[in-house]
Amino acid sequence: MKKIMIHEEYCMGCRLCEIHCLVQHSKSKEIIKAYKGEYPKAMPRLVIEEKGYHSFALQCRHCEEAPCLEACMTGAMHRDPKTGAVICDEEKCVGCWMCIMVCPFGVIARNTEGKKVASKCDLCGGETEPVCVKNCPNEAITLED
Amino acid sequence: MAKVPLISDFLVEREKEKCINCQVCCRMCAFDAHRYDPETAQVSTDSSKCVGCHFCESFCPTTALTIKRNPSDSRENANWRQDVLKGITKQADTGGVLLTGMGCDRPYPIYWDHILLNASQVTNPSIDPLREPMELRTYIGRKPDCLRLERSNKNKISLKNTLSSQLVLESPILFSAMSYGSISLNTCRSLAWAASEFGTFYNTGEGGLHRDLYPYGKNTIVQVASGRFGVHAEYLNAGAAIEIKIGQGAKPGIGGHLPGEKVDLEISRTRMIPEGSDAISPAPHHDIYSIEDLRQIIYALKEATKYRKPVGVKISAVHNVAAIATGIVRAGADFVSIDGLRGGTGAAPTIIRNNVGIPIELAIAAVDTRLREEGIRNQASVIAAGGFRNSGDIIKAVALGADAVYIGTAALVAMGCHICQKCYTGKCNWGIATQDPYLTKRLNPKIGARRLINLLRAWSLEIKEMLGGMGINAIESLRGNREALRGVGLSDVDLKILGIKPAGEAW
Repeated sequence: MKKIMIHEEYCMGCRLCEIHCLVQHSKSKEIIKAYKGEYPKAMPRLVIEEKGYHSFALQCRHCEEAPCLEACMTGAMHRDPKTGAVICDEEKCVGCWMCIMVCPFGVIARNTEGKKVASKCDLCGGETEPVCVKNCPNEAITLED
Repeated sequence: MAKVPLISDFLVEREKEKCINCQVCCRMCAFDAHRYDPETAQVSTDSSKCVGCHFCESFCPTTALTIKRNPSDSRENANWRQDVLKGITKQADTGGVLLTGMGCDRPYPIYWDHILLNASQVTNPSIDPLREPMELRTYIGRKPDCLRLERSNKNKISLKNTLSSQLVLESPILFSAMSYGSISLNTCRSLAWAASEFGTFYNTGEGGLHRDLYPYGKNTIVQVASGRFGVHAEYLNAGAAIEIKIGQGAKPGIGGHLPGEKVDLEISRTRMIPEGSDAISPAPHHDIYSIEDLRQIIYALKEATKYRKPVGVKISAVHNVAAIATGIVRAGADFVSIDGLRGGTGAAPTIIRNNVGIPIELAIAAVDTRLREEGIRNQASVIAAGGFRNSGDIIKAVALGADAVYIGTAALVAMGCHICQKCYTGKCNWGIATQDPYLTKRLNPKIGARRLINLLRAWSLEIKEMLGGMGINAIESLRGNREALRGVGLSDVDLKILGIKPAGEAW
């Protein structure tokens, strides 16, 4: 499966990945509407780690042995058989936050868009290049085999 | 006069309906022109800090930003222009020399725009470079006075001369000297990768060669300048050729100064100077006061590299350039680089950049003519530099008599530079002319090299098209062929110096 690779030496900390991720997960998928016309505002599915001049965007690693899959009691957290991505089925999620507790990367968050579910990177559906990769101006995150 | 801030050069226009307060502009501006106020959750801009590099405008995800020239104007005055007034005000404030970066921006005539190329019609067929072979390969170095051939007893013909070492370029374009220090290591990497991938050369400038770049030595011209920074036997032998830098087009007659703040650990190691100390290149080489002295240095460098590498000399185009160039050739140089008025720099006094030197077009013609008259044109190649903007300029330079062309500013533009002329501040937002770790990582050398290779490829294709149009299938056949050029809107004196006929005059 293709994975998002991080090249932190070229991350300039612009956070365009975060912005485009938010837009992708908004209702309208239009940037100005997503920011100015949607309440509650959509949330990005990635986190930016920053310390001094070091920075990088971190999203779900879609681990081969994913602790969140083990920890999920309802089976909401599952692996997509087609793409191999770890996905949260929001219909099944009861918001117990066990996945958040066990995620070694801290990339699962409580959804702030109104539903009591866990939110994480869904690889933008897994069929095309994720928007964070597509919009990184410096190729600091790339999709690689 | 009351203390008042300078009128800003630019006006940053923010379309409020489009701005989503995402703060990309705030994070990206090294000059702190944009600010986010957490209390009001609004982004605002201080236009007086804007240098016009267009970084924020390029990155704004909603295209809410437009950088405009500040329309605030004084009464029109051809003599007392806005920039003149600002210069005086700044100097009255500070008592200092005005600094700037990049090449001369004054509207001196650009002769390239007054020279036109020929093309074939009916009597001589043009060539389609997509269907027929077209040769752009260029050799830089001393050529023999004549060829001596020998017929062996098996009736095979072989060359009797020993040829001196040559640089082989896949296209007559090289990357100009830009030192590590004036530009970031990632920029040097981009240039090195692109040069080695494409089959041309980049030049270290006087900043020495970073140890990471030794593997690209085959495509490196190492420079020896008046400060002798980072020069040692291994350095000289690491490159494919050596260039002694006497002068630079942007600042003929003066030296260089890399401020101590930019001399970090890596630069200090590469330049072999203490960390944090100013790197000052003297105006002259203190061991070169004559052509005879120059000859000694050229041969000292040839000795140091066992006569395996061409040694060239770079001078800026000044009034007596032709005579100086013949002196350099007679001193034993294998190539002469000439940097014209519009050559760029990382930092120079504005007054010198804008007022000293002559345009490269005239210098190429003068040097080529003089070397031919003296019968020594074959003894050295001529590399022209200084403001080459496109393949048209390059092919015209070759027809005027240059063997190859150095591109510096164009290469930087390919990597993102918007010629805001603030290189000397060390705050280049595009990550080019800076050593700030926050900024240097903005230039991903993979992208930089890819874009440089694209540029070289595109220009080479265009040169082939133009050569084909003239019915020529090798750049060698155009070199110094001024019959391929015609001047428009030039005076008789200009035409005489350029050695070209006016448009409308046949052979």
